[in-house]
Amino acid sequence: MTSLPTLPTPKKLGLVIDLDVCVGCHACVISCKEWNTGGYGNSLSDQDPYGPDVSGTFLNRIHSFEVIPEGGKLVGEAGDARIVHFPKSCLHCEDAPCVTVCPTGASYKRSADGIVLVEEDKCIGCGLCAWACPYGAREMDVAAGVMKKCTLCVDRIYNETLEEVDRVPSCVRTCPSNARHFGDLADSASDVSIMVAERGGMDLMPEQATRPVNKYLPPRPRQPLAECAPATTRDAGGASGFFAWLDGVLERM
Amino acid sequence: MHPALSIIVFSTLSGLGYGLAFMLGLGVLDPAASATKVAHLTALALISGGLISSTLHLGNPQRAWRALSQWRSSWLSREGVLAVFAFVPLVWSALACWVWDDYHPVPGLLGALLSAGTVYCTAMIYASLRSVDAWHTRLTPAVFLLFAVSGGAMLATLFAHAGGGDARIPGLLAAVALIAAWTVKLSWWKRLRLLVPTSSPESATGLGYIGKVSLFERPHVNENYLTREMGYQIARKHADKLRRIALIFGAAVPAIILALMLLVVPEAGLGSSLAAAFAALCFAAGVFVERWLFFAEARHAVMNYYGG
Repeated sequence: MTSLPTLPTPKKLGLVIDLDVCVGCHACVISCKEWNTGGYGNSLSDQDPYGPDVSGTFLNRIHSFEVIPEGGKLVGEAGDARIVHFPKSCLHCEDAPCVTVCPTGASYKRSADGIVLVEEDKCIGCGLCAWACPYGAREMDVAAGVMKKCTLCVDRIYNETLEEVDRVPSCVRTCPSNARHFGDLADSASDVSIMVAERGGMDLMPEQATRPVNKYLPPRPRQPLAECAPATTRDAGGASGFFAWLDGVLERM
Repeated sequence: MHPALSIIVFSTLSGLGYGLAFMLGLGVLDPAASATKVAHLTALALISGGLISSTLHLGNPQRAWRALSQWRSSWLSREGVLAVFAFVPLVWSALACWVWDDYHPVPGLLGALLSAGTVYCTAMIYASLRSVDAWHTRLTPAVFLLFAVSGGAMLATLFAHAGGGDARIPGLLAAVALIAAWTVKLSWWKRLRLLVPTSSPESATGLGYIGKVSLFERPHVNENYLTREMGYQIARKHADKLRRIALIFGAAVPAIILALMLLVVPEAGLGSSLAAAFAALCFAAGVFVERWLFFAEARHAVMNYYGG
């Protein structure tokens, strides 16, 4: 059924991604692909994997952006400009446009926990859901001809055969800089909700009216380069004693 | 957006087919004439050919029947359902023409209504997508419907000249619809030119509060499904030329031929049929280019993440 749940889901499981600490190492990309190629649904195929035009299906990708404040021209030049590594996967939107456009009922949003999934046996591979998603969260698997997307590792988070510490999405478990967090964003007392409240967690493209569940924590303000104490100085005017004599000798040579 | 050939062929052919079915449903051609019988077959063939073509881009076409199930929420599903329903009165009308030399108004008008409805659903698939600014306007269904009526009336004019009856009514309808279609299309293009994108790299990343956001590095060096599907660039380079080609073939040539035939009123026969056929062919070519641009010029919001 591709109508969205009529009531707000009691749980809103999702990710909180901390743009302040992501180092852009792509470990989550690899761990996501590794887990999900053998897990839920069809595998995540690669085309021409050892050739020059390699491409493949990924559920999570890291983009890197440069952000230049007014007055700066190049990264590094203005001192305040910065590079932000930007992990992107499905945001499990409350008003998911990908779900309602699906003609077959393959795409759906679970009414219990809000996870957006694709029932691959029903998917005809028309690609309309990927068009409807403004975030590029869905990718067609060329080999299987069905749409793939982040499942929030639904086969891990409820899996009681795993250690409790592993019952989180693969990307969260693997992140070496603790930039990714998983939890229930409907519960205001959850760690992720507190983090979002404290750090001003934000929605991506709120103007698209999708109401994403996943939140992004903005980079913390940085100390401008100009305010930092200069690391080295070429002025020896303050030297005295032996160093003043040495400065004078070297000056005369 | 990537202009998939199968979808462009589908929307061009089915537009012509449903347009012709619409005209036949209104009963503008003489049901006793053999040209009208051929017209019924042509309409059904164009519609079927378009629908078959549309399944070619599917990853799993064997499951296409499932697309009839989600009409409550999905315009693609509604299109499929209406397309199936439309076949009932259209085939009935064709049989009435072939077997009894007769025009039945009930299946005729019902078929016209369902034909228009199917084209409307096709257009709404695109118009309902907020992620593609170019398409997300009420003008989109207006363009699709008016182009379908223009093409259908032009084909009806052709069959009228080939012996299907009085060519003046379909000819006049074609001329009026053609002017209306291109007037709306020109304002669609104007809207596209003046469009301020709904989303920007700043809103896509939430980093606009720091400053201007631009892509530093793509996730991967090579293209992926998203950049191939949503990041088509070639047409934008030649958009102006293609727009002129669409206008010449889709608007100017058929308009001149239609006007000449309405003013001079030639004897129905081979010459006037060939002229009408030439007008219809040019129109189809013009609409094909117009549809190609419809996809290729449309920018998808996801390109804010890919620097495009």
